Amino acid sequence: MGARAVPAGEDPIRPDAAGTVTIRVDGLEVSGIDGQSIAGVLMASDRLELRRTARGDRPRGVFCGIGVCFDCIVEVNGVHDVRACQRRAHDGDTVITTGDGARRSGAVS
Amino acid sequence: MRQVVIVGAGPAGLAAARAARGAGADVVLLDSSDALGGQFWRHLPESRPSQHEKRLHHGWDRFRELRDSLEADPRVRIVRGGQVWAIETFAGVAVHVVVGESDGALRDREVFAPDALVLATGAHDRTLPFPGWDLPGVFTGGAAQALAKGERIAVGQRVIVAGAGPFLLPVAQSLASTGSTVLAVLEANSAGSIIRGWSRRPWELIPASGKGMELVGYAAGQLRHRIPYRTGRAVVAAHGTDRVESVTVAALNADWSPIPGSEQRVEVDAVCVSHGFTPRLELAVAAGCDLSGEGFVVVDDDQLTSTPGVYAAGEITGIGGVDLAIAEGEIAGRHAGGALGGAASARRRRRVFTGFAKRIEAAHGIKPGWTGWLTEPTIVCRCEEVTCGAIRQAARTTRSESLRSLKLTTRAGLGICQGRMCGRTVEDLLGAASTEGSLQDDASPHRRPIAFPLRLGELADPTRQLEHETSKGTQ
Ligand SMILES: Cc1cc2nc3c(=O)[nH]c(=O)nc-3n(C[C@H](O)[C@H](O)[C@H](O)COP(=O)(O)OP(=O)(O)OC[C@H]3O[C@@H](n4cnc5c(N)ncnc54)[C@H](O)[C@@H]3O)c2cc1C
Ligand code: FES
Repeated sequence: MGARAVPAGEDPIRPDAAGTVTIRVDGLEVSGIDGQSIAGVLMASDRLELRRTARGDRPRGVFCGIGVCFDCIVEVNGVHDVRACQRRAHDGDTVITTGDGARRSGAVS
Repeated sequence: MRQVVIVGAGPAGLAAARAARGAGADVVLLDSSDALGGQFWRHLPESRPSQHEKRLHHGWDRFRELRDSLEADPRVRIVRGGQVWAIETFAGVAVHVVVGESDGALRDREVFAPDALVLATGAHDRTLPFPGWDLPGVFTGGAAQALAKGERIAVGQRVIVAGAGPFLLPVAQSLASTGSTVLAVLEANSAGSIIRGWSRRPWELIPASGKGMELVGYAAGQLRHRIPYRTGRAVVAAHGTDRVESVTVAALNADWSPIPGSEQRVEVDAVCVSHGFTPRLELAVAAGCDLSGEGFVVVDDDQLTSTPGVYAAGEITGIGGVDLAIAEGEIAGRHAGGALGGAASARRRRRVFTGFAKRIEAAHGIKPGWTGWLTEPTIVCRCEEVTCGAIRQAARTTRSESLRSLKLTTRAGLGICQGRMCGRTVEDLLGAASTEGSLQDDASPHRRPIAFPLRLGELADPTRQLEHETSKGTQ
């Protein structure tokens, strides 16, 4: 038990039927609801770890949830340092969570 | 035609957009998110319609009305997915934006040179470090809120909400709405301090009674869900191998130092911790706006900052909640749009809700004893994995009292989040370690010439610069 998506039948907001998206995460197919973020798709199946850190090899997942902490960065379709909490999942996205994206970053700051 | 650019489409920015249009100006409303509403009105995407989304929100009808009217207005351009990454003020104001999918490699660059700029960039949670706070399953309160409202994700099934401030209540409420069991809401401040903060001169609260009712509503929700609200307690450590499995809860003294022997271990699968909010100041600092001693943007009666033509509204001028953000946005937008004076009702509301914010700070502010729950190996800078021990050691051995040199020695605050998570904490730790107890700083922790990480390729690609008429007076 842990993180999960609220089952549509139990949700007090009474959601209409929604479409699905399927992405490939570290080689495995994962399905989610159309419009979910990549972090949301993974958390819906209780997957919290999104990467491991470069120095301490420590697991990290979503922390701030609004795009400021950069703890949730993953590789999406070959591009590093994509915040999984901010990026909506699209059908066919290829996501890689292994390794510390920040290390290989082409980001300037 | 006068053009106003507004950064941030939360309550403050939306209100500013409406008011600037009311004053007759053309408006460009930018937000890095692909949805309007900011943090308060974060909602499900259009691809996920529902019968009763309103149940998750306060003021939902007001939001819908604001959003719909702005979307329908041909003289409002709404730029979704527009990340502002730099602001220059050499000759007038220039706002640099990349537009496209979040962190994408192929975003378009745009530059705006408006007659006036309104900054309404809001705030994010401030979470103090504790041992294990970097484990997956430890979230900010805002994260739990954002995932519940924006995705209908429950971050856990057995959850503790902890920290300080009235925001813990809506977080617990949102968790309950996702079917999570909230074991307790733990407020670090003592009941006495909260009662003193809230009830001093209670008549001052009467005009803010809408806000009071909202909080009463939350309290009623907690009773309905049987969520215990306990004061003078904190989560002082999280434990687990690859994710949080349990937390240590301790009773606190009035200064937040943990009371030895009071620790209890509680099994959880998630914990949500928030000790207040930190304003998102990087754009205001880039625009040269003066900050107050408490670290907020200084504005005059018209919400004008110290930089000509640059206004600020919402949480970046002080943490005061949604009603204050809206009142400030109305005033800022109206003046940015070229109107003089007026906005009497917004000014009155601003006064009332500013008083409300002061009470929250008095009742729920951070107390210095929190450093008592740190251990030497506790990570302080999450990005660079710098420990509390390393920071204290550097402060001692270099006798360094400047943030800049401490950062360079330890790398604290130099990671990809650009010090957003640990900047103030590092300042506090250094302040405590320094002899005078105060920080001599030669570098603002908010100074980020590039306000947001960008890809070099995006900067270098000439084809991605949109050529359109954005200069003053051409639209
Ligand atoms: C995660 C979270 C959840 C919250 N939930 C609640 C709640 O349920 N109830 C409550 O009373 N209060 C809540 N708050 C407090 C909240 O800050 C205020 O109530 C209110 O949202 C403040 O309005 P604002 O317009 O000042 O800022 P915000 O609503 O924060 O809006 C700021 C906007 O600016 C945008 N922005 C920031 N920087 C840039 C940039 N560089 N480029 C482009 N766009 C940018 C952001 O994407 C955001 O949409 C929450 C705060 C957070 C952080
Ligand atoms: S969780 Fe903080 S940036 Fe995604």
